[in-house]
Formats: sequence, structure tokens, C-alpha cells
Amino acid sequence: MNPATRSPLTWAVHLSVLLLVALWTLPTAGLLISSLRDKDQLAVSGWWTALSTSTQNIVARAPGADTQVERDGKFVISGDVLEGTAAGEVSAFGFSSREPTAFKAGETAELNDGEKLTVQADGSFEIVSDTKMEGARGQRIFFTAAVPPRFTFDNYVEVLSAEGIGASFINSLTVAIPSTVIPILIAAFAAYALAWMPFPGRAILIAVVVGLLVVPLQMSLIPLLKLYNGVGAFFGVPAKTYVGIWLAHTGFGLPLAIYLLRNYMAGLPREIMESARVDGASDFDIFVKIILPLSFPALASFAIFQFLWTWNDLLVAIVFLGAGQDELVLTGRLVNLLGSRGGNWEILTASAFITIVVPLIVFFSLQRYLVRGLLAGSVKGG
Amino acid sequence: MQQLVFAVGTMLAGVLGCAAYFWGTSFILDLIFPSKGRSGVEASRNLRITNAIRPWLFLAPALFALTIYLIYPVAMSVWFSLHDRAGQSFVGASNYVWMLNDGEFRQSIFNNFLWLLVVPALATFFGLVIAALTDRIWWGNIAKTLIFMPMAISFVGAAVIWKFIYDYRAEGTEQIGLLNAIVVAFGGDPQAWITLPFWNNFFLMAILVWIQTGFAMVILSAALRGIPEETVEAAVIDGANGWQIFFKIMVPQIWGTIAVVWTTITILVLKVFDIVLAMTNGQWQSQVLANLMFDWMFRGGGDFGRGAAIAVVIMVLVIPIMVWNIRNAAKEMKGH
Repeated sequence: MNPATRSPLTWAVHLSVLLLVALWTLPTAGLLISSLRDKDQLAVSGWWTALSTSTQNIVARAPGADTQVERDGKFVISGDVLEGTAAGEVSAFGFSSREPTAFKAGETAELNDGEKLTVQADGSFEIVSDTKMEGARGQRIFFTAAVPPRFTFDNYVEVLSAEGIGASFINSLTVAIPSTVIPILIAAFAAYALAWMPFPGRAILIAVVVGLLVVPLQMSLIPLLKLYNGVGAFFGVPAKTYVGIWLAHTGFGLPLAIYLLRNYMAGLPREIMESARVDGASDFDIFVKIILPLSFPALASFAIFQFLWTWNDLLVAIVFLGAGQDELVLTGRLVNLLGSRGGNWEILTASAFITIVVPLIVFFSLQRYLVRGLLAGSVKGG
Repeated sequence: MQQLVFAVGTMLAGVLGCAAYFWGTSFILDLIFPSKGRSGVEASRNLRITNAIRPWLFLAPALFALTIYLIYPVAMSVWFSLHDRAGQSFVGASNYVWMLNDGEFRQSIFNNFLWLLVVPALATFFGLVIAALTDRIWWGNIAKTLIFMPMAISFVGAAVIWKFIYDYRAEGTEQIGLLNAIVVAFGGDPQAWITLPFWNNFFLMAILVWIQTGFAMVILSAALRGIPEETVEAAVIDGANGWQIFFKIMVPQIWGTIAVVWTTITILVLKVFDIVLAMTNGQWQSQVLANLMFDWMFRGGGDFGRGAAIAVVIMVLVIPIMVWNIRNAAKEMKGH
């Protein structure tokens, strides 16, 4: 295509890609921004207003009658409604819940019993009465205040300590690390045999591996659950253990691992192996000293896939590790929070961000290998 | 923390164990059938034997794990689907008969077909469009990375992200969900999106499309770059415009890749469970097979017969793609 035919379209292309990128990133951005907002602000305004000043309706209670002072023959109770809040400026106030914004800041409201209430924009208020006031409970003051935007890590602190996210984070790491590393070596040896060692039945085995790639996990759950219960009962150990889930993830990850690595190894130049064999190297030597180092990119690709998959997995973790408080992984914890804290978005957004931050770091730092693995991993068509 | 140490320890033990197995068996094999320093006839005989045995030593752990974790369960799931809830007595096809008469199962099948129609189509379409567009601009790689990013996010995390977007507040109060805020800004009434029967399916599908478009984009982008330039140049010389070049010259050349992307996403759709569990748990008529299966696995102490029967249905739906994949792989290997 020459530049002349392209230029009228260029702006349209830029704009549409920009729109698509916005569509794909805004959901995550909204989550991140929300998780950093003050929880009172998060509950009443959209995250896209996070930088603007919002208004908030607050209720304060004036001190009781024992704090009144006599001044110029009148009895006065004074104070600051904004004390202890993050709000910056009062715009309106009222004294009953039916009309919380009846008066503008600076106006004077006549209370039912002849007292006069004045609230200034800066939050200071005075209740003035001709007679001595009584009662230990002070007057309730409703006011609308402008609240400057506030960002905080409080939500994160809360979910990490009180909501069990911290413990689940450790559980997720415990599940994901061995589940990623153990299958690699097993698969690498099998892949080498399938790529470079001639033996009868090799083509069938490769076909089986390709077939197993797409077997739905659902087919494995019930029989394996039964098997685990049986093995657990036989040896007198719990059926749901970390060892069990590591092995399960190993088994489920193997087809992809073998397939990826076999394809990669089959593409390595034959001459290297033949010259090594002429020099008297055994298959074992060739594999360890030549194939394994050369296959590093494929190994890395698979490791990233497997890590993302085991970290993000919910199904295998619930079934084989259990849904108790102590063994919940991050995804399981998040599902529980969705049920129990459905409306507390400050908790949900912060928890969700903690669960996705590790995969995102892996993604952005190792994206190259991920792309390479994807391209090699999808069965090529036609 | 302690369990993390345990995990790393097990990992090291596992790796060392594997290494010891592979090295040890090879060593023993060479010890029993030595080929070095033997006479010609014996050496070649031993070499033949070791060459016949060694592949199986290399394959053994993988085959063992594949058998236990995939092949045996597939057979057993079929077996369980013909038995009662505890997997004890044979009940014939009654689990399947129950299924056909169960309203929730029919709902799931209907919803699953909706998912199968919409998600692969939209994800592939967006992926193709984005791949084609980003190839023409200088910041295309940045755009691709950002669109690819949801791929790393778990289904549950994505469900939280989107539930926040679909969040609903009563009319008159300020909406904190993006979708309702937009609807209200244009003068519409806010809706509790995920509780609207039938339409809620599409709001759940949007999540999977959002995640999978990046995958389609990466694969299709590579395929588009692999198109020989001469074909495009020839079309330009013949006076074809941009649309014609894209749809009549480029797309037909990557049909194979499009089919691969489509089928891969199709399989994922059949297995999708986390999104539905986290968003609606099948309420408001949004049930799908995978979540229904999970539900029956634990419902009322667990009904293994019905659960397995539903799993078998998912498997049957996957089989055509499995056969197609195997044939493609076989064809490709002959080409090697």
C-alpha cells in the first residue's frame, strides 16, 4: 500500500484503535482507581469522578448542654461539625432528617424550642438560646459538605489483615510454584522421546497428547475426587492436601507442556544431535547437555502459561484443596467475598487487585515468551 | 510462611527426584546392557535393546500422570454417569433421561449454545480487526499489549471488574457502575443488568470476549504478517481498495488460523465456569453446563451420577474439535 491511499484512513485507524484500547483498559483502570479511593467516596460516586470534589451528606451531633457557656446573657454551645471528617466545606445544613439541606451555610435556623443554630461554611457552628439549655444529648446537625478527593491504602491494609487475603496470597503461591516447576522436567523428557527417539507407536502417542489437550477438566473431577478420597482413607491421610493439588495440576498441565516442547524440539536442527551421537554421546547426554539448554524459550513459555493458569485457577483449587478458611486460594477467597461482601466495593476492588497483580507483573515482564508460546501452542490449521 | 517453605522444599525434592529417576534408570539400563567396550555383535545387540527401551523410560512418568489424571478419569466419568449418586449401583441411562427432562439442564444447553455462537465469533472478529488496525500505526505494539493484558487476569478477577461496571443503584441515586452511569447520562433508566433473564447471558459473555480477544489478536496478527506481500501488491496494482484487500485477499489466506482461534475459544467456552459462578451462580436463567456440573458435584452432598453425566455431555461437544485437531496435527507431522 502506498502512503497516498493510506493517509485519508490514518486518522480513522488511530481513533478506532484508541477507542478499542480504552474499552479494553478502562475496566481494569476503574478497579485500580476505586481500590485506592476513600471508601465513603467510593460508595457514593463513580471512579471517573475520583479527582473531582464530591458532596457528601453527613450527620454530626453537637455536644450536650453541659458544655454551654453564657455569653452576653445568652447561652451558647459551639463546635465544629467537620471535626473528624475528611470534608472541606459545608454548603448546606438542616436540623431534621426530613430536611437535611434546608439552610445554606451561614444562615441561621430556628430550632423547634426557640434555639438558634448557625453553621458556617468552615464547619463551625453555634447554638444560641435565651434560656439555659438542658439535656445531655446534643442537637443533631445534618449538613452537606464538599469533600476533596482522597486516596488511601486503607482498603489494602484492611483486606490484607482482616479479610484473609494475606493468608490466601501465601496459599496461592504455595499452589502455583511447585505446580509450575514439577511438570516441566517430566514433560521435557517425554517431549524429547516423542521428537527424536524412533520407537513403534510414537505417532499414536503424539495423537493422544493432542487429543488430551482439549479434554475438559470437568471429566476428571469426579473420578479423581473419588480416587483421592480412597487413597486418603487407605493411607489414613487427609484427601485434600497440597501434594494432591500439585500432582493434579501436573497431570492437567502435561499435555500442553509435552505438545509445546515436542514441537519446539522437533524444530531443532538434526545435525547438532547427529554430530553429538557420532562423538559417542548417549541420548541422556544429548538431552541434558544440548536439548534442554536450547529449549529454554519453550520451557519459559510453558512455565508462564502454567503459572498463570495455576494462579488463576478456581475449579481445581476448590475441588482438590477445599473451600475452608485456611486453605482458600485467592480466587476462592474472592468468590467468597463476592457473596459475603457483595456491596462493599472498597473490599472487593482491593482484593481483586491483589489477586491480579502477580499475573499482571508476570505478563508485562515476560510477555515475549507468552506470545511465542501461544503461537507454538495452538494446533496449526489447514 | 511455613507452608511456602514446604512448597519450595517439595518443588526441589520433586525436581531432584525426577532428575534422579531419569539419570538413574538410564544408568541402570547402560549397566545391564553395556554397549561400550564390548565386541561388535554384542555391542550392537545391546545398543538395539537400549534404544528400544530408553524412549519408554523417558516417557514413563508422563504417561503415568496422563493416565491417572486424564485417561482413567475420562473412562470413569462415563462409568459414573451410568450409576447412582454415590457411584454404587448401575442405573442405566436414567441420569441422561433425568437430564433431558430437567428444566435447568435445558436452560444450560440453550445458554451454552448462545455462548458458543457469540463468544468465539466476537473474540475472533475483534481480534482480527485489532490485529489488522494495529499493524498500520506506530504505537500498535503498545495498543496490542494493553488489549492482550486481560489474558493474564483470572476469570474471578475479571468477574469482579465487570460486576463493578454492571453495578446497580436505585433510580435517583448516583450510579457508581460505569454502564448504568452511561445509560443514565443518556437519559435512560438504570438496570440491574445481571438479573435480566436472557440478556444477562450477553453481559457475562462480554467478560470472556474481553479476556479472549487478546489471544485471537496475537495469533491472527502473526498470521497476517505471514501473508506473502506479493499477493497484496498484486491486488493494489489491480486497483483493489483497502476493504477488498483485507476481506478478499488477506482473510482467505488465513482461514486456517482463524479456524484454530475459533475452535480454541470454543473449547474454552464449553469449560467456562468461574465467570458464571462468580457473577450469578446460575441464577436469573444464566446457568451453563460447566457450572451446573460443579453444582451437582456438591449439591446435597454431591450427586456423582448426574454430575458425571453433565461432564460427559461437555466431553461429547468437545469431541468433534478434538478429532479435527488430531487430524491437523497428523497432517502437519507428515509435512515435516
